[in-house]
Amino acid sequence: MLELIVISTLNGLLFGMLLFLLSSGLTVIFSMMGVLNFAHASFYMLGAFFGFQLTKWIGFWPALLLAPLLVGAIGMAVERYGLRNTHKHGHVAELLLTFGLAFAIEEIVAMMWGRSPVDYRVPALLDFPAFTIFSTNYPAYKIFMLAVSVLIFIVLLIVLKRTRVGLIVQAALTHPHMVGHLGHNVGLIFMLVFGVGSALAGIAGVIAGPALVTQSDMAAALGPILFVVIVFGGLGSLPGAFIASLVIGLVQTFAVALNGSLASAFGPLDPSAGPSVLTDIWNVTIAQVAPIVPYLLLVIILIVRPMGLLGTRES
Amino acid sequence: MHKLVIAAAAALTVFGGAAFAQETIKIGYIDPLSGGGASVGEGGLKTFQYLADEINAKGGILGRKIEILPLDNKTNPQESLVQAQKAIDAGARYITQGNGSSVAAALSDFVSKNNTRNPGKEVLYFNYAAVDPSLTNEKCSYWHFRWDASSDIKMEALTSYMKDVPAIKKVYLINQDYSFGQSVRADARKMLGAKRPDIQIVGDELHPLLKITDFSPYIAKIKASGADSVVTGNWGQDIALLLKAAADAGLKVNWYTYYAGGAGGPTAIKQTGLDHQVFQITEGFANSGHQSAMDFEKAFRAKVNMSLWYPRAVNEMRMFKAAAEKANSLDPAKVAAALEDLKFEVLDGGEGVMRKDDHQFFQPIYISSFGKLAANEPFDEEGTGWGWHLVSKVDTSKTMVPTTCKMTRP
Repeated sequence: MLELIVISTLNGLLFGMLLFLLSSGLTVIFSMMGVLNFAHASFYMLGAFFGFQLTKWIGFWPALLLAPLLVGAIGMAVERYGLRNTHKHGHVAELLLTFGLAFAIEEIVAMMWGRSPVDYRVPALLDFPAFTIFSTNYPAYKIFMLAVSVLIFIVLLIVLKRTRVGLIVQAALTHPHMVGHLGHNVGLIFMLVFGVGSALAGIAGVIAGPALVTQSDMAAALGPILFVVIVFGGLGSLPGAFIASLVIGLVQTFAVALNGSLASAFGPLDPSAGPSVLTDIWNVTIAQVAPIVPYLLLVIILIVRPMGLLGTRES
Repeated sequence: MHKLVIAAAAALTVFGGAAFAQETIKIGYIDPLSGGGASVGEGGLKTFQYLADEINAKGGILGRKIEILPLDNKTNPQESLVQAQKAIDAGARYITQGNGSSVAAALSDFVSKNNTRNPGKEVLYFNYAAVDPSLTNEKCSYWHFRWDASSDIKMEALTSYMKDVPAIKKVYLINQDYSFGQSVRADARKMLGAKRPDIQIVGDELHPLLKITDFSPYIAKIKASGADSVVTGNWGQDIALLLKAAADAGLKVNWYTYYAGGAGGPTAIKQTGLDHQVFQITEGFANSGHQSAMDFEKAFRAKVNMSLWYPRAVNEMRMFKAAAEKANSLDPAKVAAALEDLKFEVLDGGEGVMRKDDHQFFQPIYISSFGKLAANEPFDEEGTGWGWHLVSKVDTSKTMVPTTCKMTRP
């Protein structure tokens, strides 16, 4: 039992940190620009595919640097030529733009790399078990993922809270005209913020690609859970997203580990009632519903605390 | 008389060739070409295209060429019905599908209804891989033919083998949460319970179909249960990722699987270092030792650049040709009648038969293990240097399971 708890905690932390890596860019973009980027998971997918392709050409480490830059450049182009023009038509237009973009990117990726998973492997340098707990190995690559996530969290926090750049970026959101009058190029700031947010998704893609599956529907598979993370953590709050990622990672992992069902807690239903929809529901284990637990959390938090865990504003 | 027939046939090919060549036999291939099932779906498509080319190179069936229409169903029953209608609208009178028994049940139902409503324009459904037993029992249809062994036939063979392995004491079941996965778990419980009551089932897990990207939490659970063996019917990315997570965590158990040989599986097994500890149950495999099958495998790999996952697809297409020629017609109703009780020498050797009662094909079944190759085993998988090795063979006669099918015949 202790073994299962320790290992589930580790697995939950690892999954949670990956979620954070993914949602950090989304949170940054949202908190700075007020744009809910539906295409964020698609930038993550682009990162994975660029990472795969560049790894084949120039190796993993250069790819880890180059692929996020490429994704960031695409993000900046989307902001400059797409979002900036739709901005005057309001948030719905911006939302729809990123929504359409997500579908377009999925189709383009499927056209270029096909719809089956590509053979994107963990770099040889990190392909060994880092340590062993209760005879379960932990791959060095997963520890590397964890380290990168923590590093990004710290760097982001310092840049936004402690530096001049962060100050200007935050001011540009609430008082764009004032910042403009002070001689800063507000358009450029927004473009850079969007680029950085996209690049963060790109990094997540390059890193997660070999550990999970790199294929053309990976964006659609991970997209919804990202919104759970940022809403649960509080819209626009980076520490909130961090906590939410860990909570969701742990909750989902522990849910899988639990075999309990209503039947095991309260005893089976009267057998004379015969099999029915009710007995099915009664016998479903927590492990079986693990994948929907995060969405349940989302619903509860929206009812109880609509601004999220650490959010400061409503909705 | 004989010469006259040949002359007539020659004249037909000369004069009628142009007209016939345009009228290809269209077979709608309805399987996942995107999403979590895409790897197996694309593998199947390449296989059927290869088989069509092979038959076409030898003059096709009754002088007509075969054309495979690829249709992506995303492993979704509703989407499959749309694709089936598309196939019919494009002129296909035959459809083939394999991945996902929920899809197969929907298609079987669709084809039956279609044929009742459109007499004279029947459509046949060739199932090459959906193995839920209900498809040839309570949900059986005259228009559905299955070439793969149903999951209870496979489980019967697998448990007969496991029964004689004394080292098996604690078994963990992990399966996909839909009709097929549920029938695997139920059959395993029932048959292991009957044959080896001393074996403890220490876990019985169902997880969502083709939705999980990381199986580490499930591996942790298997480890904590103290199981020495795992039985799983998982396929597609679910088996590859399950084995990958096991390899990462260093889980050392014996695996009894239906589909460990699919895309990504062999690579993950090699990574675990589980030499001959992963078993698979199939109707044939690369190193079966049967010469013509091994020749076929060699030619197939050279051209398609993958190993043959579906020897049953070879049986399906060749039997289709045999039945059409026996009926001397490509009318699905006549081909269906000709297929019933048709005996056929299968690719890996031995006689199979398409049982009239439920349209289930019975054939020899093999259990093989994955590991280092012996001297007479030329084929490895996915460039790992490891390959499948014969462990046990079950003859056709011993695979016959009873059916509850009450077929409505036209």
